[in-house]
Amino acid sequence: MIDGFIALYIFALAAILGFEIISKVPVVLHTPLMSGSNFIHGIVLVGAMIALGHADTTLEKVFGFIAVFLGAGNAAGGYVVTERMLEMFKPRVKKQDAQGDK
Amino acid sequence: MDFINEYLPYVIKGSYFLAAILFITGLRRMSAPGTARGGIVWAGFGMLIATVATFLLPDMHNMVLIIAALVSSTVLAWVSGKKVAMTDMPQMVALYNGMGGGSAAFIGVMALFNAVDHMGACSAGTIVDTGTSHDCLSGVSMIFAIIGVYIGAISLTGSLVAFGKLQGWIDKRFTFPGQNLFNGIVGIGTLVLGLYLTQDLNPNYIWIFFGLSLLLGLLMTLPIGGADMPVVISLYNAFTGLAVSFEGFVLQNEAMIIAGMLVGAAGTMLTQHMAKAMNRSLGSVLFGSMGGSGGAAIDGEMKEIEAQDASIQMAFADRVIVIPGYGMAVAQAQHKLWEMTQLLLDRGVDVKFAIHPVAGRMPGHMNVLLAEAGVPYDLIEDMEDINSQFSQTDVALVIGANDVVNPVAKNDPESPIYGMPILNVDEAKNSIVIKRGKGTGFAGIQNALFFAENNKMLYGDAQDAIGKLVSGLKAL
Repeated sequence: MIDGFIALYIFALAAILGFEIISKVPVVLHTPLMSGSNFIHGIVLVGAMIALGHADTTLEKVFGFIAVFLGAGNAAGGYVVTERMLEMFKPRVKKQDAQGDK
Repeated sequence: MDFINEYLPYVIKGSYFLAAILFITGLRRMSAPGTARGGIVWAGFGMLIATVATFLLPDMHNMVLIIAALVSSTVLAWVSGKKVAMTDMPQMVALYNGMGGGSAAFIGVMALFNAVDHMGACSAGTIVDTGTSHDCLSGVSMIFAIIGVYIGAISLTGSLVAFGKLQGWIDKRFTFPGQNLFNGIVGIGTLVLGLYLTQDLNPNYIWIFFGLSLLLGLLMTLPIGGADMPVVISLYNAFTGLAVSFEGFVLQNEAMIIAGMLVGAAGTMLTQHMAKAMNRSLGSVLFGSMGGSGGAAIDGEMKEIEAQDASIQMAFADRVIVIPGYGMAVAQAQHKLWEMTQLLLDRGVDVKFAIHPVAGRMPGHMNVLLAEAGVPYDLIEDMEDINSQFSQTDVALVIGANDVVNPVAKNDPESPIYGMPILNVDEAKNSIVIKRGKGTGFAGIQNALFFAENNKMLYGDAQDAIGKLVSGLKAL
């Protein structure tokens, strides 16, 4: 079990890490990075599955279904969009190399 | 079988641990250009591992419902994400982000209703049964659940409004006198009601609290203009991260706590970067100090130029700088633009692209579009690097950008955008602005550049206008 203070440590360390990682980022990566971090909080899907997995009443089942639906959309959509954006960075480098070889 | 039951919890906890590490590593890799492409794959593996591990949890019911929701939504999001045009990416990020916030909010509301059902089983002060641990938890969990609902619900409806605005479905700013005061009262009142739930967990109050939180997201976002949407989406991205982290505490799920807080912090940082680049404080974005007056009227006249003359001017220039803006994005003109650039490069003209940090509607948006069209990195310059070069530039070609090239930001202290860093297009020997009409930009401010002596306007859709420039260049 995570008690209050251990949770506080986790919150604080994760937050410092998040600030640290983003503190020096080139502008060209801002949009993909926003999209990428948007994908990462798609982990909410796991919580939604747990919640629906323990739902008893009809209301809880309806809410749980909505939660899983929304969470899965966040994860899947976030991945596809980020991947498509970052996809464009790779072939670019190759093409430049190919031109350099000429 | 006993063997499996004994080790299964470790496998599941271990999977969540691995997922958290993969998320952190993935985000780190995504923050450097060379490794960015791999970063999302690392994070993707983390998500896959965590999702599979969740199916292995003991006492999971409603499997059919879970799989139905999971599969239907994944397919829908996957297909929509694949199909959408690169120019529409910002609003898709807003949409998916809102979904995540909504998911976190619903998890919190379920935890509250669950607590209502099990209230009799737990002693006072330890009222929450999260359903997962089957322990009665302290009121701390409940406060986290409540704040998670509040933030998550704001992120859901706020992101949907942002989506609507960028998609062009909502094209007005809804404002009325005393709006900030009204929103403030609703915001604080809702939070107070939420915290009151820890004293009296009445289901009716839960409904009202959830409803008001959703309403608050609408109220907060509707008055914000389109120009500020990137900052707003980034802020709601951070909100969703926090909401996920808090609900992760309620569910005692470490992967959610770490990943959520990581995004909460990273998103806040990214929001500050963006706001700073626009010379806007977060407060002025949210509580609107921009838009009203439009600044001083500007004397003079805008002078029109024909596409043919514009192409001649560029063809015989030594140095051309292209400034793409949102107009290029809506017209999908990046491919035509690269075709034009190649023609100029073939003639020996030195062509560079100047990207303002907030050109388009998201930082880096222009870079992504230009990369899509095939423009090599080394032709693309950031504002700091290129601003000193405008004075030695023969032609600056502005494509559907407005506020980011408006010199009043430098020389009119009365202007609402005074102090915003801009591209020094006004210092170029000549400038040509491709623009659909004579109107003002998002900020609603007259652009002094358009009236300058050495500036010419080329009216039309960016795609058509650049198409004409291309045929003009080919005809030479």
